[in-house]
Amino acid sequence: MKRRVFAVIRKEFIHIARDFRSLIIILVMPVLMIALYGYGITLDMRCIRFAVVDLSRTPQSRALIASFTGNGFFREVAGDYTPDDAPSLFRQRRIQMMLVIPRDFAASLATQAETTVQVLVDATDANVGTYIHTYTEQVLQGYASSLSGAVQPILRLEPRLLYNPDRKSTHFFVPGLIAVLLMLVSALLTSITITRERESGTMEQILVSPIRPVEIVIGKVIPYITIGFADGALILASARILFGTPVHGSLLLLALLGTVYVFVALSFGLLVSTVARTQVIAMFMTVMLTILPTFLLSGFLFPVASMPTVLQYLSRIIPATYFLVIIRGVMLKGVGIAELWLPIVSLCAIGTFILSVAVMRFRISLE
Amino acid sequence: MGPDTTVSVRGLTRDFGSFRAVDDVWFEVHTGEVFGFLGANGAGKTTLIRMLCGLLEPTAGTATVCGLDIRTRTRDVRRIIGYMSQKFSLYEDLPVRANIEFFGGVYGLPRSALKRSIARLTAELQLEEYASAQTRSLPLGIKQRLALGIALLHNPSVLFLDEPTAGVDPIIRRNFWRIIYDIAGRGSTVFVTTHYMEEAEYCNRLLIMHQGKIIETGSPSELKTRHDRPTIRDVFIRLISERMQEENAV
Repeated sequence: MKRRVFAVIRKEFIHIARDFRSLIIILVMPVLMIALYGYGITLDMRCIRFAVVDLSRTPQSRALIASFTGNGFFREVAGDYTPDDAPSLFRQRRIQMMLVIPRDFAASLATQAETTVQVLVDATDANVGTYIHTYTEQVLQGYASSLSGAVQPILRLEPRLLYNPDRKSTHFFVPGLIAVLLMLVSALLTSITITRERESGTMEQILVSPIRPVEIVIGKVIPYITIGFADGALILASARILFGTPVHGSLLLLALLGTVYVFVALSFGLLVSTVARTQVIAMFMTVMLTILPTFLLSGFLFPVASMPTVLQYLSRIIPATYFLVIIRGVMLKGVGIAELWLPIVSLCAIGTFILSVAVMRFRISLE
Repeated sequence: MGPDTTVSVRGLTRDFGSFRAVDDVWFEVHTGEVFGFLGANGAGKTTLIRMLCGLLEPTAGTATVCGLDIRTRTRDVRRIIGYMSQKFSLYEDLPVRANIEFFGGVYGLPRSALKRSIARLTAELQLEEYASAQTRSLPLGIKQRLALGIALLHNPSVLFLDEPTAGVDPIIRRNFWRIIYDIAGRGSTVFVTTHYMEEAEYCNRLLIMHQGKIIETGSPSELKTRHDRPTIRDVFIRLISERMQEENAV
């Protein structure tokens, strides 16, 4: 038994080592993705382009403008504009926000209890629109409270952000990326390695030997668990080095649960290989069935709670949904098994189900 | 079933959907025989061999290999048979040595036994110079010798060769047959399918198949006398054309 499994493991590693290009892709892709997400794609807004129509032209109005330009979130598109310029400026995407300060701004500040300024926001992207709105409100509030003699509101919010105080979206992405990449790499490699053997006829040559199907499966799974593990470690390390993404909880626990997750992904790859007859179909199926749900439905980008009810049910059968709760909890909150037992049990249950169906089908497909 | 019977086939049948690829086949093969399956493409030769190797489940009937039932003792049967498929099916991206070591491992051969086997076979099959070559880069004739060597690693009692010489030139083919005789001479039983008629003459006994059924068995000389033809090729053509005429008449 050991001798046969070992032979498969060894052969699989030789395949991996000889296919140097794929190996590089497997190991470099995660680091590239981290860099891309960390530097390029970000949910934080910086440098919101805005134009000012200052009808007041007073020291007070200039102070208001300065409080926008001085904080790094807004960048003024200089020019002498009137409110009529707004449509063309928005359409040409030169500005995302326009601030209109009325003629009687200074006078109103001095005499009235309430003063109004107009803010136009490009809400083509609803999310971005909300961000701009929120930021603008914060700047205006800051300005208002800086005015001497301004009335302090009776109740004031003093929010304190926990677990990701700088609101860095990288810290939010890194755990998600680990979940996506581990799923993709493990499932893809497994489904391809098995369909390749079937396509080339080598599976048949193995099957006339006394080896058992389960020995083939174990021998094939172990090398790819190793690769999945290396990938996960690589992502964590590069996120740490490039962006200082922390792991507050236990690394050991993370490694352990990561292995469970990789195992689920490998089982899925095995399941695909029992259905797909060629490598191309296997690749296509794996990508469709792992990447898309993991990206869209697991809570990697969009919170599960804000999805339509049907999709929320769907998200419950996606392993990444549970792994995301686990990995974000361990990395950002530093929680342990006591808090995570439910997603852990769910993940194991899904994994067991996929694995048993896969092994059953694998046996049948060998007949 | 005689004392020297190695393979006994009893009513093997295999359907693919509504198509009957092998139809109620009965025969026995003796120890040390070189036993040939002859037939046109689609006659059922490969399906029959695949059932005997445990790669296909029979629809009906069964067979024993060295007294072991292929349906119930499949794994034990696999320990004592060697199989070389029609299509070259070793790992092209691995070196020759890695291929040999892998299959040795899959048969659970201990390292020392595997080493002895490799040494003996590479000498016999003249593969020494290719040990560290890339499998992909080998000429077809060498690839087939390598596949044969791998099928022989665990000293099988019965060797199944499915069109082992397809596509190689006559000299290499003759060489290959010399090796097959050596194997049979050492007491192994060899099954060969072929559609090269001159190869059929080398077999101790022949079984001619047509549309899933056995239409004739016997040694090459018996068949030639019985049908009064100078070569197996002529016997084969006569048998098949008779069949076709019968079918057309019906």
